[in-house]
Amino acid sequence: MHNLTIAELIRGLQSKEFTSVELTQHFLDRIGSLNPAYNAVITVTAEQALKAAAAADQRLAAGNAPALCGVPMLHKDIFCTNGVRTSCGSKMLDNFIPPYNATVVENFEAAGAVVLGKTNMDEFAMGSSNETSFYGPVQNPWDTDCVPGGSSGGSAAAVAARLAPGATATDTGGSIRQPAALCGITGLKPTYGRVSRWGMIAFASSLDQGGPMARTAEDCAIMLSCMASFDDKDSTCIDREVPDYSATLGQDIKGLRIGVPSEYFSEGLDPGTEKAVRAALAELEAQGAELVEISLPNTGLSVPAYYVIAPAEASANLSRFDGVKYGYRCEDPKDLQDLYTRTRAEGFGEEVQRRILIGTYCLSAGYYDAYYGKAQQVRQLIQQDFEKAFASVDVIMGPTCPSPAFKFGSKGDDPVAMYLEDIYTIATNLAGLPGMSVPCGMVDNKPVGLQIIGNYFDEARMLNVAHQYQQVTDWHSAAPEGIL
Amino acid sequence: MSIERHEIEKLATLARIAIDDSTINEVSERLGSVLELVDQLQAADTSGIDAMSHPMQATQRLREDEVTELNQREALQATSPDTEDGLFLVPKVIE
Repeated sequence: MHNLTIAELIRGLQSKEFTSVELTQHFLDRIGSLNPAYNAVITVTAEQALKAAAAADQRLAAGNAPALCGVPMLHKDIFCTNGVRTSCGSKMLDNFIPPYNATVVENFEAAGAVVLGKTNMDEFAMGSSNETSFYGPVQNPWDTDCVPGGSSGGSAAAVAARLAPGATATDTGGSIRQPAALCGITGLKPTYGRVSRWGMIAFASSLDQGGPMARTAEDCAIMLSCMASFDDKDSTCIDREVPDYSATLGQDIKGLRIGVPSEYFSEGLDPGTEKAVRAALAELEAQGAELVEISLPNTGLSVPAYYVIAPAEASANLSRFDGVKYGYRCEDPKDLQDLYTRTRAEGFGEEVQRRILIGTYCLSAGYYDAYYGKAQQVRQLIQQDFEKAFASVDVIMGPTCPSPAFKFGSKGDDPVAMYLEDIYTIATNLAGLPGMSVPCGMVDNKPVGLQIIGNYFDEARMLNVAHQYQQVTDWHSAAPEGIL
Repeated sequence: MSIERHEIEKLATLARIAIDDSTINEVSERLGSVLELVDQLQAADTSGIDAMSHPMQATQRLREDEVTELNQREALQATSPDTEDGLFLVPKVIE
């Protein structure tokens, strides 16, 4: 059952081939036996899951089942779940039990999905390797000496290891697409404002966006149709109708204009990765798409701009963790200052502290214009690059990341080496555009991701293109050794 | 590029993060490496370019001034490390 896609599971549940309780128990058993090797799931909600599955079975029997009724899912531990510990991968929130659900969690509940548990992640979503989690790193199911990517590494590894057919994730600078690429699954970061951020613990509010992870584009379409909504509680959520993303998957892609940015194929790109991505482009060309060489000249400035804007917003967002209202508090504070400073020094890990300090520096008196103001202007330049490109192409494609999964600890002590991992993904967050990663090949038995960048609110077209690609290739159904 | 010790100390105060004396040099070196990266921004020509704070250029939505949330003090305070009679407790502030 674990090799079936979400679309197949829905059909199986509705035609009574298996029950949701059987399905849920099957995935819980897999988590029990396989998860210790990957550390992808950090909280299992078995009792609640089986209860929800039994309720789903009743609705299925009564014939009034909603879209995802009885389908097991995992949530990234950044989404608040009422009554279930939500840690954001941090010691700071190790004891935090939210009194409410994130809108995304509510949407899946309304669609009848069964929540198996919560997935591991880089602390406060800050990282590209899952090595910053308070709960220890996640192992990549394709090679357990390698990272799964981050920050949604737990969700990506769980889907790759068939511990769940789909998982929610979030992307601030590549945190859905990069782990999806490194774990050989499909993941989509929607347009900024498409998915509600309410109850999604904030990292950098003008960049953060939730999205689905699954094995196929078809499954991502099913998940996104449920996940996306207008939400009054998120002031940056866009009030726009959510299309049925599954309805347009079958369109052919003849005449589709694919922009191929030269900057995404320059030095630093692993040759095997380039070969796989070029082969995917050739495959799409064979299906009738047209490749158009384009330029995104300010690509090189996206990482520097991001490492001003994201830490600046993070330093403000994370100021709420003060040891007073919820979360960790240090032992025996001698006064209020000591309570604040020691709680934060002990509760946050090294990378989170570093980003808070960088953000504080960039926003401090005398530096604001030179750093934050300048970065916001550069952000405008990056957005203009995309605007020009989309005047003549329908989608943009290139590699998701410069190379396949790397070994634990291999990025060394210099934080910048890790930051460059997101060189192809960060620009879309800065512009607010949707992006996805689709498995498109293997290098040394490790997956490679093809990145598809769309225009604003063009998720339906991206999913259609990815689905058409997956009709003629089978990289998305490859499974890591020992998984089947 | 590295940051001076007194600057790190100032940042630590502003960010309310205690930094152990023995790690200041290491913190300074790594922050310096990140600042070297972000300093690449200075070479960009941004004359006449507006700052972009939000991808959609959205404006703040307004709503009627009506009560939409009920008081949930007990549920919300249940997650606090220390409360009493509906108040959050912290170490003594005024002598």
